[in-house]
Amino acid sequence: MLDRYGIVALFAVVAALFPAIALAMAWIIRPKKPNQSKLTTYECGLEFEDFPEAAQNVWVQFRVQYYIYALIFVVFDIEVVFLYPWAVAYNALGLFALVEMAIFLAILVVALAYAWRKGLLEWI
Amino acid sequence: MDLLNNLFVNLYDWLAGALHALAAGLNLVKDAENAIVAAVMSLVVIVVLLLWLVLMVLVLIWLERKNAARIQDRVGPNRVGPFGLLQPVADTIKMFIKEDIVPTNADRLVHTLAPIVVAAPAVLAFAVIPWGKGMFPVDLNIGVLWVVAVGSIGTIGIFMAGYGSNNKYSLLGGMRAVAQMVSYEVPQVLTIVAIVLMTGSLSLNKIVDAQSGWGGMQWYIFAFPVGPIAFIVYYLSALAEVNRTPFDIPEGESEIVAGHHTEYSGMKWGLFYVGEYFNFFLVCTIAVTLFFGGWQGPLLPPYVWFLIKVYALILLGMWIRMTWPRFRVDQLMGFAWKTLVPIALVNIILAALATPILKAIGLI
Repeated sequence: MLDRYGIVALFAVVAALFPAIALAMAWIIRPKKPNQSKLTTYECGLEFEDFPEAAQNVWVQFRVQYYIYALIFVVFDIEVVFLYPWAVAYNALGLFALVEMAIFLAILVVALAYAWRKGLLEWI
Repeated sequence: MDLLNNLFVNLYDWLAGALHALAAGLNLVKDAENAIVAAVMSLVVIVVLLLWLVLMVLVLIWLERKNAARIQDRVGPNRVGPFGLLQPVADTIKMFIKEDIVPTNADRLVHTLAPIVVAAPAVLAFAVIPWGKGMFPVDLNIGVLWVVAVGSIGTIGIFMAGYGSNNKYSLLGGMRAVAQMVSYEVPQVLTIVAIVLMTGSLSLNKIVDAQSGWGGMQWYIFAFPVGPIAFIVYYLSALAEVNRTPFDIPEGESEIVAGHHTEYSGMKWGLFYVGEYFNFFLVCTIAVTLFFGGWQGPLLPPYVWFLIKVYALILLGMWIRMTWPRFRVDQLMGFAWKTLVPIALVNIILAALATPILKAIGLI
């Protein structure tokens, strides 16, 4: 059991090293000739002189509506955490498990329908 | 024939044996010797797998460009090497010698870390894929969960890229990417539940074994009606998860320049590109493992069968990419929550009801 996760840990180390090594190799080879106009933020149709620093900063507050997706996602993801063990054990548990999970899913479907009705699933 | 079928397993055994013989000279305790050999062997497997994946990405880039060209009635890359086969190699070299530009306004650390966070988890998920009979780096008993969990880390990387660049196109792309990938993850994981339910196991090896009978008729794609529905939902949400046209809202060249990689150049951009193809390859391998019987097939060696099936799905994905126009962003989110999620939920109940019947008639 432990040695399996040992391999997984080794895998994680190599997987993290792979992009890091690629970046390091490129860092050694590539030219480094920065100038002011190269280093400005990309903008379409504007010269960088009439594009002051303040206008380039985009770290703004985003609308709340957007986070609703995150909330609904969390609800469903936690549901999935319950569904996986249920699915694995389903054949042993039989009818009782089916009814129980149907009730559980029904509650979530009601929640989804509520969010839908309230217009929270619309992208604006 | 037997030799070819077990080629890589035999190679592994031979190398492990050689290492044991080498380690025996050191006069270590038996346990220490075994541990060292096991560690070295898994390192060898991981490095070989990584090189293989990079090769696959090069092939995919060539295939994608050639395919796109053929579908659009062009010739495609044909200058570098025969049939333009060396084009991806030339691209890689170009990527290495391109100057790296980090805008003055960008958050330097986040900007640099983002491509690593995108590319690394994509490799990690391949740890549990069975490539052939007995050919898997590690057999986790929670394989499916591992793939799902690791696969969602990439979302963070894309958002880091969008936020760290401090560019409005990048930020919009990052925001869209998170919303889309998070939304499509729900139907994707829900639809896998149906397969787990029919198998009764989360191990990918067990799932492959469960599809072995009846000369292919026990593949879950044929477990009517649950399998086909699950596959369609899985494949569509997987395409959305890897941000490919028609779901490439986060990149949308014609509206937000290139989304989260607007401010990237050189190898950093290359890592995003590689990560994208890793992910595309990954979702196709998982689809094959879950629905098309993994490496099973007659006559040809198992690993060849696996690649044939994977490439069939990849070509399907490329065909879809070249054929359909891009979704509008609100339609896209609506499609996930109002179509795929309800279908996946119904499919779970359907699977729970149908599993005893399908088991009785021997279809699964």
